Amino acid sequence: MSIDRRQFLKIAGISSLLGIGATAASATHNVWIKGIEPPQVEPGKEALTAEHWAMVVDMSKFKTEEDIKKAVSACHTTHNVPDFGNIKDEIKWIWKEKYESAFPDQENPYMEEKIKEMPFIVLCNHCENPACVRVCPTQATFKRKQDGIVMMDMHRCIGCRFCMAACPYGARSFNYRDPRPFIKNENKEYPTRTKGVVEKCTFCTERLAVGKIPACVEAAPKGGLIFGDLADRNSEIRKIVETRYTIRRKAELGTGPSVYYLIGGNEHA
Amino acid sequence: MKLYDGGKILIGLVIFIAFAAFPFYFNIGKVNAKPEPKLDTPVILQMPEQERKCVEPKAFMRTEHMQLLNNWRDSVVRDGYRQYVSEASGKHFNMSLQNECMRCHANKKKFCDECHNYMAVKPYCWDCHIAPKEDDRS
Amino acid sequence: MLEKALVGSKKYWVWVAFLGFFALSGLYYYLQQFKYGLGLTGLSRDVSWGLYIGQFTFLVGVAASAVMLVIPHYLHDYKKFSKIVILGEFLAIAAVTMCILFIFVDMGQPMRIMNVVLHPTLNSVMFWDSVVLSGYLFLNLMIGWVTLSSDRKGVAPPKWIKPLIYLSVPWAVSIHTVTAFLYAGLPGRHFWLSAVMAARFLASAFAGGPALLIILALIVRKVTKFDPGKEPIQTLGVIVTYAMFANVFLLGLEFFTAFYSNIPGHMESFKYLYAGLHGHNELVPMMWTSSIFALVSLVMLLIPSIRRNEVTLSFACIMLFISLWIDKGFGLIIGGFVPNMMNQIRPYWPTRQESIITLGVWAIGFLILTFLYKIAVSVREETAGVEIEH
Repeated sequence: MSIDRRQFLKIAGISSLLGIGATAASATHNVWIKGIEPPQVEPGKEALTAEHWAMVVDMSKFKTEEDIKKAVSACHTTHNVPDFGNIKDEIKWIWKEKYESAFPDQENPYMEEKIKEMPFIVLCNHCENPACVRVCPTQATFKRKQDGIVMMDMHRCIGCRFCMAACPYGARSFNYRDPRPFIKNENKEYPTRTKGVVEKCTFCTERLAVGKIPACVEAAPKGGLIFGDLADRNSEIRKIVETRYTIRRKAELGTGPSVYYLIGGNEHA
Repeated sequence: MKLYDGGKILIGLVIFIAFAAFPFYFNIGKVNAKPEPKLDTPVILQMPEQERKCVEPKAFMRTEHMQLLNNWRDSVVRDGYRQYVSEASGKHFNMSLQNECMRCHANKKKFCDECHNYMAVKPYCWDCHIAPKEDDRS
Repeated sequence: MLEKALVGSKKYWVWVAFLGFFALSGLYYYLQQFKYGLGLTGLSRDVSWGLYIGQFTFLVGVAASAVMLVIPHYLHDYKKFSKIVILGEFLAIAAVTMCILFIFVDMGQPMRIMNVVLHPTLNSVMFWDSVVLSGYLFLNLMIGWVTLSSDRKGVAPPKWIKPLIYLSVPWAVSIHTVTAFLYAGLPGRHFWLSAVMAARFLASAFAGGPALLIILALIVRKVTKFDPGKEPIQTLGVIVTYAMFANVFLLGLEFFTAFYSNIPGHMESFKYLYAGLHGHNELVPMMWTSSIFALVSLVMLLIPSIRRNEVTLSFACIMLFISLWIDKGFGLIIGGFVPNMMNQIRPYWPTRQESIITLGVWAIGFLILTFLYKIAVSVREETAGVEIEH
């Protein structure tokens, strides 16, 4: 039988496809595809758990610049956040903004001067309905089912920065260059990132896993940052949010931020 | 049978063979020793002999350590589990390359890199995960 | 038919070498960017998308415009387009390739591109954008190649190509709708949060793409023996006119909503782009150029005697193309990021490396376009006088 070149190529092409497909299908014994689940893996015994981690920010407890700096640098040092020295490449997980920048929709021209000028700590709001998670094409940023934390998987991030466009709070930073030369004091127990991935506050999942509260909460003055389970009716944070007046950033956007800002200060110290 | 364009074909063939065989004749005479990963870190030497067990048996780890690490990665980052129960020994391990694996195998250059360099494999874990600081003297 | 791209006159090869030079320069600077990181560009924490994504957005529109030839010819039997539909389809291939390249150079971790396939995320518009763009590229490759090779043999194309051709019509609309959705669904950015985004994108696509096609057709007539004909170019001119009117109208609607409602969030970006804000007016000259070019070209196109004269028509098309390029390829993107989410002005301007990489990608796109057009034109020249049967 004689076949012409075109038929030969068609047969060769289809056989190769079938061959590759069969090899892939037969690789089901591969550990890589299987993944691991309980009981082979467990959460640590001391891990802090919650249904819905949230935070209340009480700026009245931050009396000086130093107080704010302590909280910010606790986070940035623990997590090897670099300092590039310029605004363009800047990476920040938690920082301060004035009222008009933190709450642009709450304009009040006759507002008390003190509040207009005072700094507000801002960070990722770990929204209940996060826009960043909605847009991520690889689920590199995702909402943890167990506790509602909006987490980053730096391994999977392709650096498309769609999440940065989607976040209404400007909470995310991108590694525009290699961060390692710009990390002042390396924390050897936490990885750095590499160029080309997005990063942000993760509510210190690695600390929660070993029973510690987030670094910023620990370093802030007592009662300045209150961290807890909003779904637990008996938690301090739930009681505050239910009884005191709090506002959230850009609440009208439907993102459901989990960071509440206490208005009027807290006697609770 | 006439070989049309024979000159060009033969020259092309010679050039092709020169490129294709390059890895072979370039390495003639070069000593390429078998990789010998060293397990003599202070942390390991401090353990009694019977307890010097890795997360899983050596044979499994040698072939599957990358797959295991990938699974650990997804389990820690995405599912929030941090304790691994060894299939072979039932012992609990903290699922962390930087803080657990490298705790025992702190000699990355004489352990991990031994085989990786031999196989010309460059895992990019170390772009982010901080490699243990090593004394270059030994 | 590929061999037709490998033979050509001296001028052809000089043009290819010219484009090749820019392509290689772009590659050189891209390698630098790959090594250093995207910090080589003017992008920042606040303006995280810039020239690359702007070009991508603009070129998706150009790619979608092939449908403006397909619909009259295949759905309405407008035989006058039969010789130049291929030019539209090949332009689509070059444009989609440029889109993919711009995405690639914009990614922080391009080596992880397969993650989009390995971890499909159905709620992510970007995932769907990758699906529809790949599909559109495939469709145009198939349709263009099969119809052209049938023309060359002087036969009707195989029947199975017809469903693909019909599919390409809604598919073309979808690629630009999905691209518009990238912007129109983001809650924080009021400049983009408009239902009219997708409509505006499509209108500007159907104006800008055919405008480019007119220029290309005129160039083809000048440098080759293939004459697309006066009537197809005139029809394209009419299509451009209607589409440009819709585009300018829709832009006007955006202005109205922003300024009549007087909501700061909606107005600020417009103010920054067209009037300057808090002392920052980097983009004002460009945006006004875009608007003036848009209106002038629209008026020129609306006047039949100007539109019928091919010299003034090409002038209007060039102005229109530049206007849309500025608007969609730059202003639209920057306006969404400035002011930032904390209402601060952090301006953006592309760097030298970023611009050369961009030029490089355009050069690669034009190279592909040149090769494909060379093939198409050679076939047309070969089969001049033979009736096309599709």
